[in-house]
Amino acid sequence: MTAPLLDVDSLRVTFDTPRGPVLAVDGVSLQVGAGEVLGLVGESGSGKSVTLRAITRLLRRATVTGQVLWRGRDLLIQAEPALRAVRGREVAMIFQEPMAALNPVLTIGQQIEESLAAHGTLDRRARRARALELMDLVGIAAGAQRLGAYPHEFSGGMRQRAMIAIALAPQPMLLLADEPTTALDVTIQDQVLKLLLRLADELGMAMVLVTHDLGVVAETCSRVCVMYAGRVAEAGPVADVFAHPRHAYTAALLRSMPRPGPARERLAPIPGQPPRLDRAIPGCPFVPRCGLVEPRCPTHAPPLVPVAPAHQAACWSSARVAP
Amino acid sequence: MRGRAPLLAGGAILLALLLCALLPGVVAPYDPLAFDYAALLQPPGAAHPFGTDQFGRDILSRTIAAATIDLQIALFATTGPLVIGTAVGLLVGYYGGVADAVFGRVVDLVVTFPFLVLVIAIVAVLGPGLGNMYVAVTAVGWVFYARLMRGEVMVLRGQDYVSACKVLGYGQARILLRHVLPNAARPILVYWMTDMALAILLGSSLGYLGLGAQPPEAEWGVLIADGKNLFTQAWWVAVFPGFAIVLAGIGFSLAGDGMADLLDVKR
Amino acid sequence: MLVVGPGGALTIPLLEAAGLSKRFPLRRPALDWLRGRPAPVLHAVQGVSLVVNRGETLGIVGESGCGKSTLARCLVRLHDPDAGTVRLDGQDALALTGPARRGYNRRVQMVFQDPYGSLNPRLRVGDALAEALLVHRVVPRAAVPARVRALLDLVHLPADAGGRYPHEFSGGQRQRVGIARALAVEPSVIIADEPVSALDVSVQAQIVNLFLELQERLGLALLFITHDLRLVRHIAHRTAVMYLGRIVETGPTEAMFTAPRHPYTAALMSAVPQVDPGARRRGPAVRGELPSAIAPPPGCPFHPRCPIAEPRCTTEPPALIPRGLPDWPVACHLASAPNARDAP
Repeated sequence: MTAPLLDVDSLRVTFDTPRGPVLAVDGVSLQVGAGEVLGLVGESGSGKSVTLRAITRLLRRATVTGQVLWRGRDLLIQAEPALRAVRGREVAMIFQEPMAALNPVLTIGQQIEESLAAHGTLDRRARRARALELMDLVGIAAGAQRLGAYPHEFSGGMRQRAMIAIALAPQPMLLLADEPTTALDVTIQDQVLKLLLRLADELGMAMVLVTHDLGVVAETCSRVCVMYAGRVAEAGPVADVFAHPRHAYTAALLRSMPRPGPARERLAPIPGQPPRLDRAIPGCPFVPRCGLVEPRCPTHAPPLVPVAPAHQAACWSSARVAP
Repeated sequence: MRGRAPLLAGGAILLALLLCALLPGVVAPYDPLAFDYAALLQPPGAAHPFGTDQFGRDILSRTIAAATIDLQIALFATTGPLVIGTAVGLLVGYYGGVADAVFGRVVDLVVTFPFLVLVIAIVAVLGPGLGNMYVAVTAVGWVFYARLMRGEVMVLRGQDYVSACKVLGYGQARILLRHVLPNAARPILVYWMTDMALAILLGSSLGYLGLGAQPPEAEWGVLIADGKNLFTQAWWVAVFPGFAIVLAGIGFSLAGDGMADLLDVKR
Repeated sequence: MLVVGPGGALTIPLLEAAGLSKRFPLRRPALDWLRGRPAPVLHAVQGVSLVVNRGETLGIVGESGCGKSTLARCLVRLHDPDAGTVRLDGQDALALTGPARRGYNRRVQMVFQDPYGSLNPRLRVGDALAEALLVHRVVPRAAVPARVRALLDLVHLPADAGGRYPHEFSGGQRQRVGIARALAVEPSVIIADEPVSALDVSVQAQIVNLFLELQERLGLALLFITHDLRLVRHIAHRTAVMYLGRIVETGPTEAMFTAPRHPYTAALMSAVPQVDPGARRRGPAVRGELPSAIAPPPGCPFHPRCPIAEPRCTTEPPALIPRGLPDWPVACHLASAPNARDAP
């Protein structure tokens, strides 16, 4: 098995808040290989977005420990110039709210070309040509005219495509996508997700897709990492995890999804709420809401162990979990 | 440190001033009008903590007695604009339309001129005196309250809970008075407190110019005016009333801050 | 118009809208005014007709700009429609004024999308409920506190919730308060405008379950507006699909989900991400952007993006008519009765 492109090991992120330290990410480990699409899924507060931002060191006022190996080098200890060479060029990121991520006073063309200028050696004409190529690649019609448009002249879906074009300009090897389609309409979401998949395929790009929607994971990802309260609950191939979940939380999450079945059937939400992260949790954080609690669950945090080929779960009751 | 401190500090200052205003005879050590030829232009000392003026009048007592007028000014010069401005702002902000367009032009007109100039102009026409000053300030000052109120109301009228009231069939009066006004009131009331401090300054400025309180009514601005010619020989005659103005301003500001916190239902 | 009610007998629908239209004139740039061009108009709702029966839930689904929120506001008379009628129990609702209008408000209530803006932050929850009860004189004054407690219980909030302010509650709990407030006046119809869209996924499910329960217990008619197709399947007997201000299809939810008759409905169903890794599609369900409601395309509004559009579709707007299946109107020239093999 070839070495993974991205290897995160025991990542821990603590925020310093007025109310005391908050442990947003507690010992997360994950790997992404070349060309793989990893889904990072969890409820709000699960730490998935924080994990993504910790990887590229975008967090402020946070203490980050652990290791983030990008092609063998630990990003967490790189100096600024080396980090900047990686950020944008080798590892790109797109966000949920394109209007917030795009500069409103620059045209789309200027922003794409800026990305190219920062990370490449193309001259002006070459950059322009490449920008047009990118517009075409992401499916924005009438590229030449659209390059001169400002973000506010685009619809939500178009802006997201523009953001993808800017991110892909330097031909990165890994794309980190933080809930890129949550704010979009269903048909547009579908278009953007399919676009991302096609691009990952054509460009041989790996992708980490953060979302709270299991359906999105099922449609786009090859592997999934389920997070809860800052920890990895379960990780493995999508088909395997969805058909045979081995963590009580994953099973409960799958069961709570609205699904085709008898009409007007009651939904089965997971009772209770995610735990507060400003207090240390000695055992498994899912205990208060779990239906399969064993005596050691509240006191001993279950380790992430293999339960099937390439499939790991951190649950003492793993053997008893039924989909 | 936030929390109760501003409210308590401001409240304490204002309470002290209020005491001076209501019971000057009790608080002041001397009769403010009493001349004492034996103690002319005394610097601040044991017998007269604020010194005496050219007639031997105790400055401390004069300053305390003047508090009555100044606090009156704070109240009367602001209440009219508050009430009128709130009412106009509420209606104009909620209903919009032609009234809003007209209101906009009125605001433009008033804001073009410096406030003090307008007030002085009106007082010059009506004649000097506190009563006319109140008229002048009310005639001009309501616009600022109305503008503030209008802004708040325009935001609130788009809120879902206002729509919910309409869907629930509540009458306009109920919606305006029970749902919109209380939620718009906080910034208005805080502005009111600051305005009281500004009103005292205004009154003092007019008093200094001879257009406000007329003798023998003593008001801090008038006291400063009385002391201006003696400034080089007896600085205390003008300075201590000035401190009183500053203190009142600080008191109102702190109290306004504290009130903002107090009114915030989310704490 | 008579419809087949839940019991099978012909009956007058509870709430009926016919040909509703609402336009919003927009500001005209000065240059256009000088050139004499007319002011642009946003056609939010165009010729919408629908029916809500007693004890039934009608789902309304659509993407941004389809007009579903404007439609909801027209039905509760927050907006005044430019054309069309709204009838409650056969009575014209749009002409009502004064006390009669308040009577309409009592029977048709609304639950809003934003749990953070739909409650007066300075009013305690119990007071807000009491106000609704008192203004409409639902119960005598002495009985108000007991009724407030009963309402809170109905939405599964603790009895002491009445003494607290909205900011002390979570989003889901605030929505429950909003529902309780709507229920206070004893409505026959509740119009829920995206009531769970602003909530976390697990809380969404709790509120949807609450609606289901309330409908069973109280026999409410419910108009449930959402953009989430997965949810609507769990709550709506019938669903109307909106696109660019028009309804393109209204039919029995389950049947429509398995065999949609309008191309847009089909695209919508196909675009929803399913939790079944085996059911992946390669290409997107539909191409193109959502056109603007300011200048809707001529003919059928969906034709620029429709995979089966014909020349007729670009000029002739299709009417929302049954086209072969009773009680399942579709606005598509190419829709016909599915043959016996496909029929639900």
